Amino acid sequence: MSAGAFNILWLQAGSCGGCTMSMLEHGSGGWFRELDTLGVNLLWHPSVSEETGAEARIVLERVEAGETPLHALCIEGAILCGPDGTGFFNRLAGTGRAMLDWARALAAKADYCVAIGSCATFGGIPAADPDPTDAAGLQYRKAVAGGALGADYRSRRGLPVINVAGCAPHPGWIMETLAALALDVLTADDLDALGRPKFYVDHLAHHGCSRNEFYEFKASAETLSQRGCLMEHLGCKATQAAGDCNQRGWNGSGSCTKGGFACIACTSPGFEDIRDYHRTPKIGGVPIGLPLDMPKAWFMALAALSKSATPQRVRRNATADHVVVPPRGARKPRE
Amino acid sequence: MTRLLVGPFNRVEGDLEVSLDIEDDAVASARVTTPLYRGFEQILVGRPMADALAIAPRICGICSVSQSMAAAAALRALYGVARAPNGVVAANLAHAAENMADHLTHFYIFFMPDFARAQYAGRSWHEAARRRFKAIEGAAANEVLQARRRLLEIMGILAGKWPHSLAFQPGGTTCAVDLGQKAQLVAIARDFRRFLEAIVFTAPLAVPLGLRTPEELERYCEGKGADGDFAAFCRIARALDLENLGRAANPLMSYGAYRGEAGAFLNAGVFDPIASALSPLDARAIREDVSHAYMRDGPEEPSLARTEPYVDKPDAYSFAKAPRLHGRPAEVGAVARLAVHGHPLVRALLERSRGSNVFVRVVARLIELAMVAEAAEGWAKALALNEPFCVVAPHDEDGDGVGLVEAARGSLGHWLGAQKGKIRSYQIIAPTTWNFSPRDASGVAGPVEQALVGAPLEGHGAGAASVQHVIRSFDPCMVCTAH
Ligand code: SF4
Ligand code: SF4
Repeated sequence: MSAGAFNILWLQAGSCGGCTMSMLEHGSGGWFRELDTLGVNLLWHPSVSEETGAEARIVLERVEAGETPLHALCIEGAILCGPDGTGFFNRLAGTGRAMLDWARALAAKADYCVAIGSCATFGGIPAADPDPTDAAGLQYRKAVAGGALGADYRSRRGLPVINVAGCAPHPGWIMETLAALALDVLTADDLDALGRPKFYVDHLAHHGCSRNEFYEFKASAETLSQRGCLMEHLGCKATQAAGDCNQRGWNGSGSCTKGGFACIACTSPGFEDIRDYHRTPKIGGVPIGLPLDMPKAWFMALAALSKSATPQRVRRNATADHVVVPPRGARKPRE
Repeated sequence: MTRLLVGPFNRVEGDLEVSLDIEDDAVASARVTTPLYRGFEQILVGRPMADALAIAPRICGICSVSQSMAAAAALRALYGVARAPNGVVAANLAHAAENMADHLTHFYIFFMPDFARAQYAGRSWHEAARRRFKAIEGAAANEVLQARRRLLEIMGILAGKWPHSLAFQPGGTTCAVDLGQKAQLVAIARDFRRFLEAIVFTAPLAVPLGLRTPEELERYCEGKGADGDFAAFCRIARALDLENLGRAANPLMSYGAYRGEAGAFLNAGVFDPIASALSPLDARAIREDVSHAYMRDGPEEPSLARTEPYVDKPDAYSFAKAPRLHGRPAEVGAVARLAVHGHPLVRALLERSRGSNVFVRVVARLIELAMVAEAAEGWAKALALNEPFCVVAPHDEDGDGVGLVEAARGSLGHWLGAQKGKIRSYQIIAPTTWNFSPRDASGVAGPVEQALVGAPLEGHGAGAASVQHVIRSFDPCMVCTAH
């Protein structure tokens, strides 16, 4: 541990471990090397640290007692409050204490508190109807402020919980947030109304989608694996979902819509309660979920116009699984 | 007799607590506890059935492709359709990438760091192990994370993202690959093979793949393989006699892995390590006992069972149920897959020990890594670019379907019942539920509870490295266990 390092404690509550799995992909030289470069010291992380059992408990106890400075508390996974507020559905093994209790105790000591992933942020899938475990995010229950730490919680440096939403979040979203904290350049203004870092949620997942041309012409895929836009029939929520998903590569080059399936808005509270993820709910043939800032009448007028103007190429490729009509014409491109 | 509590047990996936009864400085009996319950089976009931493809993978971030594949297989069985052949190949390739990433992460990030522990200071091999394998700081860690990252680029191409992709559907996979992507897939597979050959095995894959006897393995570790991390493990294992640690002698079960048109790449079946006998798998003989689980009693057949937590239940000590095959516990994982498949080295090691042990579990994992890495390149080349990757499945609204797959950690099953297009019942039995099963109504302990008995503590109490080795040799995934 280097002096002056930025101390992080990472805990897993009601999680699938997927945020950590995503995190381990970060950094061309390896995540540990990246942490070192940024002067970040992992006090303890359940998946990667050497300390086990009593050794690990001591790490936590020292933080709780204020003996070890805690710069950022990172929690992955929903806080399970049930049954009856006991938190028994998720005890931190070997401590006899519920994670609910640990989270509250440690958050009080942290300069910053970071919710990693949609479970820690809003409750995520564990909070889905019928919410068997009374699952909460750290500072939200679904879209409602509150959560395990309460709506008024502020970390020692005065910030609300920083919500790195996403299921699982892109490793860049997590690491860039932690890096900004370690570099002391993240302020309250850098968070949106739900506490999410603006650098990635001030975009829509739809921006940069490789299907954007199909979207413009409302040339739609009818079944999964076809190339057309996934909004009209297959449930794509990316025109309403926060995220720069299609602007940065996932696992090298991917994204949900590049992978052939619709965005299910995993960065948003409530994604866990969507029904029929890959079917677009419609009224009178018009999708209910229209692009966030677009009046319905405009959308309908534009859709009708663009459908009537769809080039053959776009129309035919939309329902094929590979390019059947390449973009070639009689005219040569001109300077 | 004293009782010790071990936890938080880290460098496993999820939360694990172990209670040990100690006598004469060794483990006399063990109870393993899964202290996390999220209620996925309850959350799935009542939803449109295809939503299982979005919800079920999120049980687990380390084997989400396996969970997707099991859910898709259950729906496919219910619909009675077949996948597009390309979808089979693409799914196998993505599944292979996940499983290989798991084996790699397990070996380097979860398992080997225990040999760097201070408890071993002074042993002749300790300093080298510390430099190479120490958690976070060891030289291997970043090398391995780079290789893992490159390997998982397969997910970017075939699955859009990992973990938690919706690319795996009953009719195939949603992403048709073009020529450029196919070339990338082959290149990634070759890169990974080169990593294994340069760092893990220090020999062409054919060499570890050709090992048939424990003696050949020993010669390889002193010869061609000597500079590799696999040999480093084998030498430490010999010094610590890991072949006599963590022994269990339950039936070894596999559902069969990487199915294709020509059958499974690794066969299904049940291998009895005491009698050295192979028998066919009868999945209808699977039951789940809840006598020691915080769950209400009910039918034991997975297709009829319910999951209802009952936290005040007397005698309960885990959220995990106790799966049984023909009324007996079974061990699952790479060692079971290779034993069932008839791998000569794994069979010979099992025969020598008359059961599984810490050493053979890890050996099997690395041999399987080599086998799958070699096959992966062939799968990438087998993608037929102008053929479909996904067929539209006719949508039956009622019925039952079972999806059985092999995750990295072993046999994973999803039992789905549907009524009017909605999920009526959903039961999941994960690999770690088998291995980390609590006791059943007759008091029979699960595989890990058995394997811990006799572990020597050498004055180190619950933190003894032997306990760490035994438990991690099973590569537990606790988030899957009780889900
Ligand atoms: S598929 Fe979704 S993200 Fe892509 S263009 Fe259509 S609406 Fe936008
Ligand atoms: S595209 Fe949508 S579902 Fe996919 S990661 Fe982004 S927000 Fe989540």
